[in-house]
Amino acid sequence: MARLNINGKMRDVQAEASTPLLWVLREWVGLTGTKYGCGIAQCGACSVHINDEVRRSCSIPLSEVKATDKIVTIEGLSANSSHPVQKAWAVVDVPQCGYCQSGQIMAAAALLKKNPKPSDADIDGAMTNICRCGTYQRVRTAVHMAAGGAPAGSSALPSNGKKV
Amino acid sequence: MTKTMSISAPQLSRRAFVVGSAAVAGGGLALGFNLPFGMDEAAAQAAGAEVNAWVVIKPDDTCVIRIARTEMGQGTRTGLAMLVAEELECSWKKIAAEQVTAHTNLARKRVWGEMGTGGSRGIRTSHDYVRRGGAAARMMLMQAAADQWKVPVGELTVSEGIITHASSKRTISYGKVAAAAAKLTAPDPKSITLKDAKDWKIAGKPTKRIDTADKLNGSKVFGVDLKLPNMLCAAIKECPVFGGKLKSFDEAAIAKMPGFRKVVKVSDNTVAVVADKWWNAKTALEALPIVWDEGENAKQSSATIAARLKEGLTATQTNGARQNGDAMKAIAEATRKVEAVYSTPFLAHATMEPMNCTVKLTADKAEVWLPTQNAEGALAALAEATGMPLEKCEVYMTDPGGGFGRRGRQDVVYQAAAIAKQFPGTAVKMIWSREEDQAHCFYRPISMFKGTAGLDADGNLVGMHMRVSGQSINAFLAPSAIVDGKDMRQLQGYYEQPGDAQMGYTVPNLLIDYVMRNTHVPVGTWRGVNTNQNGVYLECFMDEVAKAAGKDPLAFRRALMSKHPKHLAVLNAAAEKGDWGKPLPAGVHRGIAQFMGYGSYSAATAEVSVSAKGEVKVHRMVLALNCGHALNPDQIAAQVEGSVAYGLTATLYGESTVDKGRIQELNFDSYEILRLAEMPKVETVIVSTGDFWGGVGEPTICVVAPAMMNAIYAATGKPVRNLPIKNEKLV
Repeated sequence: MARLNINGKMRDVQAEASTPLLWVLREWVGLTGTKYGCGIAQCGACSVHINDEVRRSCSIPLSEVKATDKIVTIEGLSANSSHPVQKAWAVVDVPQCGYCQSGQIMAAAALLKKNPKPSDADIDGAMTNICRCGTYQRVRTAVHMAAGGAPAGSSALPSNGKKV
Repeated sequence: MTKTMSISAPQLSRRAFVVGSAAVAGGGLALGFNLPFGMDEAAAQAAGAEVNAWVVIKPDDTCVIRIARTEMGQGTRTGLAMLVAEELECSWKKIAAEQVTAHTNLARKRVWGEMGTGGSRGIRTSHDYVRRGGAAARMMLMQAAADQWKVPVGELTVSEGIITHASSKRTISYGKVAAAAAKLTAPDPKSITLKDAKDWKIAGKPTKRIDTADKLNGSKVFGVDLKLPNMLCAAIKECPVFGGKLKSFDEAAIAKMPGFRKVVKVSDNTVAVVADKWWNAKTALEALPIVWDEGENAKQSSATIAARLKEGLTATQTNGARQNGDAMKAIAEATRKVEAVYSTPFLAHATMEPMNCTVKLTADKAEVWLPTQNAEGALAALAEATGMPLEKCEVYMTDPGGGFGRRGRQDVVYQAAAIAKQFPGTAVKMIWSREEDQAHCFYRPISMFKGTAGLDADGNLVGMHMRVSGQSINAFLAPSAIVDGKDMRQLQGYYEQPGDAQMGYTVPNLLIDYVMRNTHVPVGTWRGVNTNQNGVYLECFMDEVAKAAGKDPLAFRRALMSKHPKHLAVLNAAAEKGDWGKPLPAGVHRGIAQFMGYGSYSAATAEVSVSAKGEVKVHRMVLALNCGHALNPDQIAAQVEGSVAYGLTATLYGESTVDKGRIQELNFDSYEILRLAEMPKVETVIVSTGDFWGGVGEPTICVVAPAMMNAIYAATGKPVRNLPIKNEKLV
């Protein structure tokens, strides 16, 4: 049995020590906002925060998580989708299918916590999650917006379908 | 594999429909149908009045718009709601969308029409009847108000869901007359005059999606997220060699593993492990000793397949052709001859949400929950797989976490039904691992191309032969579409006839032919389908011919396009907005391409640099699209941006290679996907002529690769002829 601090609540989990945190969250705790995409820490759909750091939960066995570690999932990021990243995501209309977006939002929130005014290069380095719908351009725009606006020289604002 | 859907079913009463819909909520899904069982009349009133199949209006004036097509990210739900709302004259702020289920559609004699969502058809083939549905509801609501006030309906006006009788200064909202309107006879759809596009207030305007909120906080329920009472989970493995068989497995070896319930022989080539949780099922499946009979196909490899396709490049017997004049003679007599051979690989769709399907079977009902692009196909598959009559089958669609053509297939329904048969009365959720998803896709078909062109002394194109040799989608999925051995589908985008996928060039002597060379690898529709490969072949070869002619690629194309003004207009728009001919930073080069598919015209420019080490960077792409009516420009831009990411992934990295009869790239470490850092700045230019309805989700992807490859050609002087680029030495 393991004790976990998830979104501010202590949870007791009866799972094998080798079970990845992703599946503990999804199947033992019932928090399915964190997604399975690859299982090998490539795609980032499973991104959560552990002690404010973004981590790929598919590749962290339960045995490596301590009861004192503060785990935050997409469900615990904010009340009422009020985190600046979630608000910016809504304004820019980032999601398409939405499957990877929990991970994208968690990665962006962790970036901004460390680096409140990221440059395009900072965003390139931090936002490595895969999106097959191809929302990357809007992800970049929304990260800048969440940081307080699109700074001069920002490479990409959506064209919003200019008509000619 | 599919049953005809034209069987008659008893017409359900509206009451029965509402109660039947409640099963969705009972099944743990909230797709809009959220009424409790056995509700009283007061509750039924609060649920609203169904004015017609498309529109339900609640007493609080909420307009519930029913949507039949699949929303998998492409924005169709929002677009269809906009079309209904436009004619309904309701307040956009008070709309809600509700997903139609396949069994309800069947029970109501397909009142919502086709549900299948592929081929960029979601809006372009349903815009007319959904607008008529909205207009009919508006007419009934206004008639109900006229009846109540005892005035001629012609004296009423409506705006934002408020009906006004100006001379008596009376107003009433839709919610107040909906119950009366629902009792009226619907107008003859043919009597309805739809609004002219110039009068649109909602349609044609950049509009926020209506389905974003639950994608921001993890609350959206995808198929993989389903939680049903006492549910079990299954992990599955099909023989890695296509066509191989399951020989044996040793269940005892894993019987004591955590949560284990059972090993199920799913079919003659597939085995599944069922457990209490999916992680336990997957872990046990990986530990299960399995013996496969891999069969003859285990001798196949990318090399054996390439040899077959190469032979097809010079074969004399063809499987469909288009010709005018005498291309061979013109090329033989030409001053200058250009020849090039191209190839493109198999590609997996790699939807972010892996394949999954949940089935529950009881003595009198079969239920399936799945993300699908073809809910009616899933209904038919469930009936076939379970032997249940169609009217006892129910399909609850979850919004797919990506589709891209993969989710039109029903393989998962047959698998999940076979597993669930072993657990009567219990829902079993089957999820594929990423590795299974990569290993058992319906891949974009592999092909090769040989282009031969003849130029006269002035550099004019006098004759061209284009030969495509490769696998046929129809041979695998729709053999009846091949008539007398002719399969024109593989020449998508090269057609002479206008309307859908017409080639935009006029060549005096032209021969385009297809040679079918099938393999043991399953193939299917991959976002953009054959326009992808054919766009690369034609548009990259066109640059090679232009260079041989000593002409600018844009000018060379324009000279061949005078009879194709719509193709030419998007090409010109891409060139203009893409600054064709204007200076670029040192080391950056431009490429251009145009192509047509899904009833829409596309063109692109790409700005690309190639480093001394041969590393490619795409800086900027400008895409021009004429999809006729531009329903939601913001979502058109989103689809164009997405098509760039999907297209560049394929161009730079994508390949599903074959060794020992099986696919090699089983996860994102080897099947690389473009990431944010590599995403160029994308500008979308909508060239909206407003005189037709074309597709949006797929059309632009086919110009992404050739524009980018032509920019590399401009940068290095060496054409890129084989994809993906990661395997090529560019410098």
